[in-house]
Amino acid sequence: MNLLEVEGLEVRYGGIRAVKGIDLRVEQGELVCLIGANGAGKSSTLRAIVGITRAAAGSVRYGGAAIAGRPAFELVREGLVMVPEGRGIFHQLTVAENLAMGAFARDDAPAIRRDRERIFALFPRLAERRGQTGGTLSGGEQQMLAIGRALMSRPKLLLLDEPSMGLAPILVAKIFEIVRDVARQGVTILLVEQNARLALEASSRGYVMESGIITLADDAKKLLADPKVREAYLGEGVE
Amino acid sequence: MDIFIQQLINGVTLGSVYAVVALGYTMVYGIIQLINFAHGEVVMIGAMVAFSVITALAPGGWPPLMVVAAGTIVAIPVCMAIGYGLERIAYRPLRNAPRLAPLISAIGMSIILQHLALLVWSRNFIAFPQIIKSEPYHIGGAIITNVQIAIIATSVAMMAGLALMVYRTRLGTAMRATAQNPQVAGLMGVDINRIIAVTFLIAAALAAVAGVMVGSYYGIAHYQMGSLLGLKAFSAAVLGGIGNLPGAMLGGVLLGVVEALGAGYIGDFTNNWFGSNYQDVFAFIVLIAVLVFRPTGLLGERVGDRT
Repeated sequence: MNLLEVEGLEVRYGGIRAVKGIDLRVEQGELVCLIGANGAGKSSTLRAIVGITRAAAGSVRYGGAAIAGRPAFELVREGLVMVPEGRGIFHQLTVAENLAMGAFARDDAPAIRRDRERIFALFPRLAERRGQTGGTLSGGEQQMLAIGRALMSRPKLLLLDEPSMGLAPILVAKIFEIVRDVARQGVTILLVEQNARLALEASSRGYVMESGIITLADDAKKLLADPKVREAYLGEGVE
Repeated sequence: MDIFIQQLINGVTLGSVYAVVALGYTMVYGIIQLINFAHGEVVMIGAMVAFSVITALAPGGWPPLMVVAAGTIVAIPVCMAIGYGLERIAYRPLRNAPRLAPLISAIGMSIILQHLALLVWSRNFIAFPQIIKSEPYHIGGAIITNVQIAIIATSVAMMAGLALMVYRTRLGTAMRATAQNPQVAGLMGVDINRIIAVTFLIAAALAAVAGVMVGSYYGIAHYQMGSLLGLKAFSAAVLGGIGNLPGAMLGGVLLGVVEALGAGYIGDFTNNWFGSNYQDVFAFIVLIAVLVFRPTGLLGERVGDRT
């Protein structure tokens, strides 16, 4: 079953078409990645799906229902959650408060407390720093907090925008481990990444985006083996 | 020394009212980076409504405290309705406009509110009924009245309540999150419009109580009383660091004290060149000094948008 179905999505900024009519779908339980160069329109696609950016054309269906034009804060209540590019940590809120904000749409206090303890077990660093403000965390810790905060909302579909951006390689590996882990727990994930290799290795399917259109869509394994992908995104010359 | 203590008492009284009004400026600024220049007029309307209610009830023979409380209880929802209306009519449609536009509509709303008050309550100074008998208590050589004690206690209680709300509740956390990054707050499921509306409602409720306190303290009300009071409270908010709640509290009290001490001593220091009639100038001298030497205010952090 398709949890997310995007058809003919277009995003415009003034006269510029950043996304030029793309189709993509994410099935229940899948980890799908959307890779491509900087400026290809990946983030705009995610932003249009959650309703932060208005789609100029096309349809977005989530769980079978059309959601285009609905504000982001409503979609959170239905389990559609995005971790924005740059992590979007509330710098002046403590780690615990940031996590509490993740559960803002929920009302079940005891379950929220249990989830928070689970997040702390998953990210011991965050537990150590629960009283510190978000701005004092390192980049890797902030990314953990951003993912942990999103998990606090009990998402059904998690949209991750460039979770590895700006992190040291060892942390990038750690973040991808976490992403896989979250997927294994049954959360459906649409992952936008510039780090194509790691993204494809973690995913079951992938989309390649170039200047606002999707140029390739296939199983992640096939994309990893595709000469064009290897040359353009995996940094391998083709002999 | 007695005069010093006396001026200090007067200053803290006035300052705690400034602080309550300054909180309204700073909360709204914190959340939508708008100086709500009509906020002083909301204070004025609060005083005016309370005046009407108190005048109507005063001959009824009720206990004075109850009459004042009734005036306050009527003034609060009226002011909240105005605060909410301001946001919906004058600011929300301009949320994405250049920053000058809502500032101009704020000034426009302040003129409209003043003239509405002029129509309802006339252009005259109105004698605020002093139904609570002022009882002096002596501390050292200085005097503090029961009205002053009530003003200080009410202000402190409201500020403590507000701080608890903002720093300890879910709604408060959402307000702070929205102030820092509205878009991400939306991604957490926060309805930004609701949070902004709540902020205006709280600011207006505080303004209503401040209006009653100012009216009771000075014993007069006037349709233009909001502009000077508003400007001073705004100065207090800037002094403390606009957008910063503890800053507004500190700035308000400090400004009240500076004003009172200035008024008390300026004559002596300048050989009576300047007298206490220059009292109102102090707020603005302080404002200018802050803007020159510490533009972020005493407790303000560097203002810069981070996403």
